[in-house]
Order: sequence, then structure tokens, then C-alpha cells
Amino acid sequence: MKLQIDFREIEGGMRFYSLLGFIGLFVLAGLGAAYFMEHNGHHVTGMTNQIVWGTPHVFAVFLIVAASGALNVASISSVFGKTPYKPLARLSGLLAIALLVGGLAILVLDLGRPDRLIVAMTYYNFKSIFAWNIILYIGFMAVVAVSLWMMMERKMNAFTRLAGFTAFIWRLILTTGTGSIFGFLVARQAYDAALMAPMFIIMSFSFGLAIFILVLMAAYKWSDRPLGDLIINRLKNLLGVFIAAVLYFVMVYHLTNLYMTEHHGVERFILLDGGVYTNLFWFVQILLGSLVPLALLYHPTTGKSRGWIGLASLLVIIGGLAQMYIIIIGGQAYPLELFPGMEVTSSFFDGGINAYAPSLPEIVLGISGIAMALAAVVVGIRVLRFLPLSLADELVDPHHHAAGTAKAAA
Amino acid sequence: MTDNANIDTYRRRFLGNTATAIAGLSVAPGVFLHEVAQARPADEAVTSDVRWGMLIDTNKCANGCTDCVTSCNDEHGLTGHGRPETDAQWIRKVDLRDKQTGHTQSLPLLCQHCEHPPCVDVCPTGASFKRADGIVLVDKHICIGCRYCMMACPYKARSFIHEALQDQLPHAPRGKGTVESCTFCVHRVDEGRTPACVEACTAENHNAMVFGDINDPDSKIAMQLKQHSSRQIRADLNLNTGVRYRGI
Repeated sequence: MKLQIDFREIEGGMRFYSLLGFIGLFVLAGLGAAYFMEHNGHHVTGMTNQIVWGTPHVFAVFLIVAASGALNVASISSVFGKTPYKPLARLSGLLAIALLVGGLAILVLDLGRPDRLIVAMTYYNFKSIFAWNIILYIGFMAVVAVSLWMMMERKMNAFTRLAGFTAFIWRLILTTGTGSIFGFLVARQAYDAALMAPMFIIMSFSFGLAIFILVLMAAYKWSDRPLGDLIINRLKNLLGVFIAAVLYFVMVYHLTNLYMTEHHGVERFILLDGGVYTNLFWFVQILLGSLVPLALLYHPTTGKSRGWIGLASLLVIIGGLAQMYIIIIGGQAYPLELFPGMEVTSSFFDGGINAYAPSLPEIVLGISGIAMALAAVVVGIRVLRFLPLSLADELVDPHHHAAGTAKAAA
Repeated sequence: MTDNANIDTYRRRFLGNTATAIAGLSVAPGVFLHEVAQARPADEAVTSDVRWGMLIDTNKCANGCTDCVTSCNDEHGLTGHGRPETDAQWIRKVDLRDKQTGHTQSLPLLCQHCEHPPCVDVCPTGASFKRADGIVLVDKHICIGCRYCMMACPYKARSFIHEALQDQLPHAPRGKGTVESCTFCVHRVDEGRTPACVEACTAENHNAMVFGDINDPDSKIAMQLKQHSSRQIRADLNLNTGVRYRGI
């Protein structure tokens, strides 16, 4: 007999409201930071005419990239037909929309004229990948919302696969668009590479899944629902593959640049003598954010422990933020090469490494984006049936037996 | 009979001279204005028959001279706030030193008014735009302040307004939270005058900057561009810049 997965809202009460209240504080702080920045103008931030995109953009792009990655679990279930992932598909869709909302909120609140959001919605320059992204982001939310409806409404279940397929294709295009924001920039040495688009896609797989694992474990722990090792094992093995894939893309990107003399300057800056950027690259992105989690996930002891898997996921997120910091801010810190072979100086900081230090309002606004995403998830699972009552091993895979837990993930 | 003949001759000569004078008076201003300033009536749309451009001769650009920068700041009311990292600069003097040979140079750098401007390509709302006559501008009414154009500009020509401004000049609208850059002094150009920086450079007798219509083969700039070799900065990007340099 096939066991039925029973989806239920989480309970209200003190625990729910205190969690929501705690997250709400960060959201409020972020709104305050945005008001402070808009009221005074951006000179109160660390952003300048040299570093035009700062810490808010690091968080925003990270969240937007992670959003499409969070949808992976649903895609594996609906597009690739892997039944063990099916009970997680709803949470996957919810998290995807929530992360995107959080990321977009940061971007909008950082605009020079956030009051002109309606202009961004009504004036389109179709040659701009940014304009396309506005359409792709809004469309993503709609497509995922429809896909969730197909999953949650029994009468519409037949369309789940079609909706899931549409969402999967959409998220690939969306992340291609996000990567191309940088890939299409011919001006700067660190960008202008077609590799940006696929690299952002694989980054989204990794970051999105890391966030998904943490949210899943937290939700089941705090709602006292059983969560079996089977599903966690599958997810953590998949995360390991994604981390390795990101490393591969990072390696190809740098190797290509290292081969071309014109990019030696920027490579030397990021990899060797860029100070904070070099440290972030080697110690946070590569060591702490990639190699350590890989070791933790595949080590025979730590790879079986919830705590270590959670830590590995957290490290992937930290490494991902570092990677975004290096791409976005490191890419601007390195000067434009207008006169190759020349030492360049000017009153406008030409030719030198551009200084940047994140200001408190920027960091608070960035963190509030994460808080907005989490608040949306917490409210979502409270009011609608996103979470299965149990994800115990025998429910996830009826043919499961003890030896099966060790088998590799799909 | 003789009297009548005399009167007729006199009258004919008078009428003829008057007609010539009237014709001359009516045609002359047009010819004069066209030759001197190529001015265009205010109600007439700009056309791509004209491509405004600038030729900068770095050999004539004096080291340490910042007259072009000062005149630009005065013209557009660009007053700094003592914060060089966030203060707007539409034109700046850049000093170069060849790492191999030690040769030094100085040149003004401003919006290059590209034929294919990356800032216009990336602008999500179309606030960054190029006029038919090649002048690249920002529509301050639909700029949302996303700064993507600043990420895209290869010349670092743009500034973001980081604080509230007061007493902006009517011909140079600016505002907190929007992006701006050199307009080629479009308000002057439309009146048939030259940009403030060029005027200042010429007034000091440096004559390092020439402004005019590249499409007009008889213009000073077109003739100089044809006669001497010139360069575009980052010519590899193939943007066909409106600003060209000699001596680099």
C-alpha cells in the first residue's frame, strides 16, 4: 500500500509569533536603513562614483540567484520524476518566491529613486538585460505560483509536470539573465564573459540548495515533525556535486583570464595582491565556502551528522556571499583599463584600486532582504499546506530499508 | 520726353537697387548664421545629418591646466561637497605616464558620446538615450538611479548624485538619486554655441579642443580629422566615439 504524504500548516502560538517577531525586527531595521540612505542620499553609504554597486547588491544578487536554485528540488521532482523529492516540492517553490522577493526588495530600496518603481515597470528598453530581468523576475513568481497551485489543488495535479517544466525552463533563462548583467558588461576587466551566465546557474544550484537544506531542517526541528535521514542524505550529496561544479566554473573562469595577457592585471588583483578580495577568495570562497563543506559532506562521520551538514550548508552560503562580493565589488575595485601600458592618475580616481568599505546601513539593508525572505516562508508555511507532517524515511521512499540510506543521491 | 526718360532710368535703378538690398537683407542672416554657428530653430527636431564631435589634441593640452574642468563646473553648477569620491565630475584631467618609456601626457576625459553607447544599451527604462545628432544624455525624469549605466560605461564618464542639491541651473537640471554626465553643453550647442570647455580652452589660447559637426566635410573638426591621424580611447570596443584624440 502506498503511504500518503499529509501536508499540514505549522502550528501558531508563542513559538511562531516570537520567531516572526524576531525576523520582523531585521525587516524593520532594513526599512529604517533604506529610509536613512534615501533621505540623506547615498553619500552616507560606502558606495561612491567608483564603487557604484555595493553591499546591498551583493545580498540582492545572491538572493536572486539562490531563489532560482531553491526551485531545484521541485524541478527534480516534477521534471525529472524523482519521487523522493515530491514531498519537498511545495516548500521548494515557496522558498524560491520568498528569496526572490527578498532580493528584489533590496534592489528596489537601494535605487536612487525607489519612488519611481512605477517608471521601471512602465518604461522598457528591450535592449537592456536589466529590463528583461524585471520581466523574468515577475514572470518567475507567477510561473512558480501557478506551479504551486497545480501541486496543491488536487484537481489540477495532472498539470503539475507541465507547470514544473515551465518553471524549470523559466528559472534557467532567469539565471542566464542575472549572470548576463555582468557577462554583458564590456567595460570592465572582471566581467565581459559569456561564462558568467552558466556560472551563475551552477552557483544558483549550490546556494539555493544550501538555503533549502537549512530551512528544511529548521522548519522540521521547530515544528517537532520527523525528518528522516534518507531525504537529508540525498540533498547533501547533491549539494556536494553542486559545490564541486561551482569550483570547476570558477577555475575555468580564472584559467581563461590567466591565459590572456590583457586580463593579467585583474587576475593578479583578485588572486594575489588584492588585499581583502584576495583573502575573501582563497580563505572564504574557496577554503571555507567550498573545500571545507565538501569535506564535511563526504566525510564518513560528519557526512552523517545533521549538525555538520547544517554547518556545511551555512558555509556554502557564506562562501557564496564572498563570491558575490568578489565579483560585484572586486570587479569594480579594479580600475578601468583605458590606457594600456600607462600609469594613470586623475582627480576622479582613474588608474588606482578603488577603495570601498561597507557601511552599516548597507549591511542592515542586505540582511533585511534575507529576513524578508524568511518571514515570507514562515508566514507561508503557517497559513498554507506547504510542509508534510512527516518526512520519515518510510514515507519518503516506501521501498526504503536501512542499507538504502547510503546510496548516492539522484 | 527727355524728362520722362530720365525719370524712368532713375526709377528703374532705384527699384533694382532696393530689390537687391531687400534680397540681400533677407538671405544674409540665414547664410551668416549657417556659416558661423549652424544654428537650428528651436522648434525643429535634431537630425542625424549632424554628428557633433570633439577633437582633443593632447600635444596642446597643458599639463596642470584645468580650465576646461573649471568652466564645465561653472557652466553646470557642479559644486563639490568636499567629498571627492562622491562628488560629480563631468570632465576630468587625466595624467598618463608610459610605463616603458616614461613619456608623460595630460588630457581631458569626458563622456565620449559614442555612436553605440553601452550606457544606452543597458539602461532599463531608456532614461539614457542618444539624440539623433549623437549627443548622449540622461532623461532625469525617468532615471531610477540603478547605476547600471555607470557599470557599463567604459570611460567612467558618469556620476551619481549622492545628496540633495539646491539652486540648480535652469539649463542643467540635476537631482539626488539620478545619474548624470557631460551633455556636450547641449543647451549651448542648440543655440549655435560651442561647449564651455572648448570655449575656455580656446580663450586661454591653448586651442587643444575643437568642437563641431563631424558629418560636415567643411567644418574645422572634419577637416582636421581627415588631415591628421586621431584615436578613439578603447577603440577595440568599436563604439565609434564622438570624442577623438590626437597625440595618444
